[in-house]
Amino acid sequence: MTSHGIPGTTIFDGVEAQKGYALNKMCFSFNSAENRAAFLKDEDAYCAKYGLTRPQREAVASRNVLQLIAAGGNVYYLAKLAGILGLGVQDLGAQQTGMTVDAFKAKLLEAGKA
Amino acid sequence: MAEIVGGLGTSHIPGIGNAIAKGLQQDPYWKPFFDGFIEAHKWLARIKPDIAVIFYNDHGLNFFLDKLPTFAVGAAPEYSNADEGWGLPVQRPYKGNPDLSWHIIEGLVHDEFDVTTCQEMLVDHAVVVPMQLLWPKGDAPVTIVPIAINTVQHPLPSVARCLKLGQAVGRAIGNYKKGARVLVLGTGGLSHQLDGQRAGFINKDFDMLCMDKLVNDPQALTSYSNDDVVRLAGTQGVEVLNWLAMRGALTGQVSKAFVNYHIPISNTAAALMLLDNQPKTARQAA
Repeated sequence: MTSHGIPGTTIFDGVEAQKGYALNKMCFSFNSAENRAAFLKDEDAYCAKYGLTRPQREAVASRNVLQLIAAGGNVYYLAKLAGILGLGVQDLGAQQTGMTVDAFKAKLLEAGKA
Repeated sequence: MAEIVGGLGTSHIPGIGNAIAKGLQQDPYWKPFFDGFIEAHKWLARIKPDIAVIFYNDHGLNFFLDKLPTFAVGAAPEYSNADEGWGLPVQRPYKGNPDLSWHIIEGLVHDEFDVTTCQEMLVDHAVVVPMQLLWPKGDAPVTIVPIAINTVQHPLPSVARCLKLGQAVGRAIGNYKKGARVLVLGTGGLSHQLDGQRAGFINKDFDMLCMDKLVNDPQALTSYSNDDVVRLAGTQGVEVLNWLAMRGALTGQVSKAFVNYHIPISNTAAALMLLDNQPKTARQAA
């Protein structure tokens, strides 16, 4: 997947912002502990309340970050969903690159040695 | 008259806030990063700021995509931190400086920057983490003026535009009639990418180039488009725009006081840069 010609990278522009609005709005709501609890209590109902599109609902169900981004998710908002699921940015990185978390961390350490 | 006593660029990675909460400053992973701030603390003791103007980007605490300003200037008497959704301890509010805020707003609009003004504004880790790093005892002797730059939703303001924003802020501070010792901060970066198949991307060479040019020739960086910056520094590496604005505000004779650069902290190339800003008149007199 490319956007603006940068491999492995989606630029979050007006196209993505429109496509992802419902998903990002739901994720933005997770700033509130009460809303996080409501999502965990009834995920289907919570997603329905925010009017997620089918690809967005499926992406949330799959916990697949690349799929969430393809559905218009922006990582700053998705990070709040990831927080509910107990995933940090290195877990997200590992999942998106198809690496183990340890291998992803090793890759980052390697960048410092270059 | 107000004086701009220095400029400071620092990363604002949320993980730093967690490390502070857990007291990990001496942990081998974190020590090379936190040790850089020993120099910052000495430097602050020397330059003695009483106001901090902070260029930063909001990550979905105060602003959402419903209304997303390109440039927003805080004009609040107090700035609260709040729950960002993933567990950082919420910090105590910071005292604002509405008088300088409005003076800066007057200057910016006069200079054709049509900014959003915020009499209420939550500040996220991009303000809080640097404040914790600079004043770890929570005794910051400064009031703050936060200025948010959109680095979330493209089109982002260009490198050149952010540099000019900083220059306009620097001019406004320069003609502020009240005595003030102003420190200008730019937070975020440097290279990192959290999203996509290219997650984990870091570019030490580009970071080094940016930090080098930021000292003596920030104008050179205006040749990069924001797509160039994303390609070279990663999707979140565009936070370097906050550093550009900070540098623009330093209207005197600028010199590098200290740099610390360390890979990785979390997914990011972490950096700290301290810039002295000597009034040009003092230099000419000398």
